[in-house]
Amino acid sequence: MSSVTISKAGQAARAEGQRLFGAFQNWGAVPVEAAVLQPAGTLLDLYGEDIRARAYVTQDPVQGEMMLRPDFTVPVVQAHMADGAEPARYCYLGEVFRKQEGLGGARAAEYLQVGYEVFDRDQPLRSDAEVFALFARLLAGRGLRAATGDIGILRAAVAGLPTSDTRKAALMRHLWRPARFRALLERYAGRTPMPTGRTDLLARLAAGEPVFGDAPQIGLRSRAEIEARMARLAEDAATPAIPSDLVDGLEALLSVADVAPAALVQMRAFAVDMPWISPSLDLFEQRLTALAAHGVDVEILQFEASYGRTTLEYYDGFVFGFFAEGRDDLPPVAGGGRYDALTAVLGQGRFIPAVGGVIRPALLAELGGTA
Amino acid sequence: MSRIKIGVPSKGRLMDLTFDWFATRGVTMRRTGAEREYSGAVDGVSGVDLVLLSASEIPREMAAGRIHMGVTGTDLVFEKLADPLAQVEVLSEMGFGHADLIIAVPECWVDVETLDDLDAVAAAFRADHGFRLRIATKYHRLVRDFLRQQGVADYQLVDSQGATEGTVRNLTAEAVADITSTGETLRANHLKILEIEPVLRSQATLFRARSADWDAATLDVLAQLRRKLGV
Repeated sequence: MSSVTISKAGQAARAEGQRLFGAFQNWGAVPVEAAVLQPAGTLLDLYGEDIRARAYVTQDPVQGEMMLRPDFTVPVVQAHMADGAEPARYCYLGEVFRKQEGLGGARAAEYLQVGYEVFDRDQPLRSDAEVFALFARLLAGRGLRAATGDIGILRAAVAGLPTSDTRKAALMRHLWRPARFRALLERYAGRTPMPTGRTDLLARLAAGEPVFGDAPQIGLRSRAEIEARMARLAEDAATPAIPSDLVDGLEALLSVADVAPAALVQMRAFAVDMPWISPSLDLFEQRLTALAAHGVDVEILQFEASYGRTTLEYYDGFVFGFFAEGRDDLPPVAGGGRYDALTAVLGQGRFIPAVGGVIRPALLAELGGTA
Repeated sequence: MSRIKIGVPSKGRLMDLTFDWFATRGVTMRRTGAEREYSGAVDGVSGVDLVLLSASEIPREMAAGRIHMGVTGTDLVFEKLADPLAQVEVLSEMGFGHADLIIAVPECWVDVETLDDLDAVAAAFRADHGFRLRIATKYHRLVRDFLRQQGVADYQLVDSQGATEGTVRNLTAEAVADITSTGETLRANHLKILEIEPVLRSQATLFRARSADWDAATLDVLAQLRRKLGV
């Protein structure tokens, strides 16, 4: 297949994209554009080194490292934080670029994305419902299965744990890395042994014995920084373990997966031992009411407590995705969620609640079905 | 008559040990022409041509199917090829050129032993210094995949194609990820290896390129060579 011929599939994807782009504008969203070349620094600081495995990095002699736009969310948030009026609804249509790490992957390196973002301080639950309901309507009749989650419940579960702020901050930082999160949790529950040299180091510290050998101090990390960390280690060693039952409860909460009303009942049961999650469950329940008011059948809406934990780490509240039934080979057709914290990071002190999502028109075109 | 090409490191100890490995199995490889000319010949089995290449180019040449077989380090194959085992098949590990890809930090970091520690230090370092903790390496793919899989955050990889052990002292990195066999150079530069399994254990390995032109005739040559080598 020649790369200069415009394929039928490409035309169908573009038509599908234009249809959705038009629908978002009819809904009141302002169309916005973003440069294909984005400064790499911002994206790297936000997503960490992992993004290099997914985004194309190139070099400009003057501007330094640049990335081929891996998504629109970051530039749209930046533009809004710089000079956007509130509240705001934006939409966009354009190519995004993602590197292929493996061979024979069916995943496209370059594909159209059409998206919708809402920046609104007033009634965030209503905005969540508005975005999800809009996506559900636009994607109806395509044989898609919706999945939802709520990172807010997980954050509340961690924030209320009866342990030190240091431990809670460490858990919060790894909410999006389930393997390390679990390892930390097991360690804080006292269920994994300390590294071999650690016990010895802590004993020396406690006895006031010297801990530094004759190794010279090299590198940028200073002696003071090392001493500060050792103080934290000593403090952490003196922190009581998180009760085992509570850790088991938290791990069970993370694996809740059911239709939304049944999931809520199960999570309410966990709130008996973790009463601090109750306010987040109240919000979850209110969101279900808002979703129902927007015409979503919440009785059959799928909820997974851990949904959204393995995506790029900026969703911090309601999260959702739409998947093609029986097509596990395909990536999600659409996905999105709330990312309040991202606006604070990019807003340099300013912050606005934000929620949005994207659709991949090429996948919709490939699946066919009625528009 | 169809022939197969085997790519072998073009110089140094790796070339000598490769030649020895084949020789003890009855296949003689030798360089031909002038000292600086990279051409060679194979005796003891028919239909095999020797191609002398830089060890670091052998993975790419195999992936492109320009050579049928190759001898190089596992580290280079896994660093340079996406989905390596879909592109090459391991015929035999050769028992030399052993080296581990490890992560090392300054010896004076008495508070760091594990990846848990490295991760915690990276978070604090970023808060204190305003940028992500730098790890100098030339094995970007392997190290990044490893750290992602292990859930380490707040680090960055900085490229270092040589003298990587000196980067910490020169303040261009806080830690290093490099290949080592004895750890001597690391110790001399006041670095210590994290007490974890290496990112990768590497050794010289004989590979078959899956995408080379394999037909009945070349497969027959391969079968004869493998019988002779006992692999």
